[in-house]
Amino acid sequence: MTDFWSGWIILLTSAQLIAALWILLGNRKKPEAEIKTTGHKYDGLEELDTPLPTWWVYMFVSTIVWSVGYLLLYPGMGNYQGLLGWTSTGQYDVRVAKAEDQYRAMRDRYLAMPIEDIAFEPKVRKMGRRLFGNNCAQCHGSDAYGAHGFPNLADDDWLYGGTPEAIKATLIHGRQAAMPAWQTILGDSGIKETTQYVLSLNARDADARDAAKGAQHFQTYCIACHGPEGKGNQLMGAPNLTNGIWLYGGTADQIAHTLRNGRNGKMPAFSETLTEDKIHILTAWVYGLNRSSSQATTAANF
Amino acid sequence: MKHDKIERTPSLMVALIIVAISFGTLVELVPLAFSKSTTTPIEGLEPYSALELEGRDIYIREGCHTCHSQMIRPLRAETERYGHYSVAGEFVYDRPFLWGSKRTGPDLARVGARYSDEWHRAHLYNPRDVIPESNMPAFPWLFEDTIDAKTTPVKLATLRKLGVPYTDADIAGAEAAVKDVREIDALIAYLQQLGTLIQARR
Repeated sequence: MTDFWSGWIILLTSAQLIAALWILLGNRKKPEAEIKTTGHKYDGLEELDTPLPTWWVYMFVSTIVWSVGYLLLYPGMGNYQGLLGWTSTGQYDVRVAKAEDQYRAMRDRYLAMPIEDIAFEPKVRKMGRRLFGNNCAQCHGSDAYGAHGFPNLADDDWLYGGTPEAIKATLIHGRQAAMPAWQTILGDSGIKETTQYVLSLNARDADARDAAKGAQHFQTYCIACHGPEGKGNQLMGAPNLTNGIWLYGGTADQIAHTLRNGRNGKMPAFSETLTEDKIHILTAWVYGLNRSSSQATTAANF
Repeated sequence: MKHDKIERTPSLMVALIIVAISFGTLVELVPLAFSKSTTTPIEGLEPYSALELEGRDIYIREGCHTCHSQMIRPLRAETERYGHYSVAGEFVYDRPFLWGSKRTGPDLARVGARYSDEWHRAHLYNPRDVIPESNMPAFPWLFEDTIDAKTTPVKLATLRKLGVPYTDADIAGAEAAVKDVREIDALIAYLQQLGTLIQARR
């Protein structure tokens, strides 16, 4: 702030305080023996003109005294920093540092331990749950069961792998799926036939003739990512097409839509958002989700 | 009696009331309008592109700011959840700013790049599709309506008069940049850049 504006603030603030004090005390009436009225009279009711009660006046004066103390201690008068040296960001830094002191050691201890060992620690499950609720639940759901287009993390099916390393890599770097659109290559009939073949991969009702033609399309275009048997490839995030789990819906229409337009699901990277120790704990929490086969650990998840 | 005179002269009373209540504005707001710390853009801050600006206008039109603030205060609980606290230099091209004062939904000051475009589409089409417990309204019409591109250059030119450094090329290209664009795409473009200039790991 320039000196001019600093002076402007100091001047106006002081003037306002002094004026308030003057209005209050300079114009104060002494209590009088005779109680006057303002002369207003309505329906037989008269408006009295008594002075302000003393206790009220002193309360007002005390707020002005308070303000003087406040303006001495805290930054209020332009560029004057106050005797306490208080700043809002300074207070923030102190509180963050205090919290870091409190939690850092615990998180560092877990960071040094393998995911498999801490996945079922009650504290890790508690912290992981909170981190998940804040950072992941918006897409994957507060129960981690996912939504249309956002994978379920609580089952045993993994697009990019369910090992601790794979989960951690997903969290750190994010994922970008790249299923191309096949409309221009396959055409309407090709889309229909391939759809029928994908249905047949799941032993569902499918037109046999279409499915047979679809199998040829599949072997030409789809095996590169989904593999010859449609079992998928976690290195590319290509889903298994034979297990009845559908990220974008499993009706014939939905499968055809995916084939026609492609899919480009995106998991954001968290390396710039979350610290390493928190990513470690989140990894452990997610890793523990679908390995909690016993009832006890299932209950501990939530 | 003095107060008698003031109370019986409404024009005098109005004038004195204005003097009395203007001190707060004069002391707390006016100096900030001339202070470098609040009028200097942070490093890397660019004026909104035509598309983002239209998205911002949709954000205002749909009243997003009545339930979502764009102001992260320097409190640990807030920065843990939303990211680095907001600083004045991030908002110098915001006219008006959309800090808001009420959070029915979460703060959006740093929502940019936090979710995928696809998530925003799903969420704005029907929030319950991705967050079953959400009470946010659905905005399906954004997927059908397109932007009125004719007014876009005027908006940029007006903002330039207010001090936003748009170039002639920006204004000349504004109409083409948003022509036939769906409203949803403009809104997502606006949302995806919010607060992305300051990143802090937490």
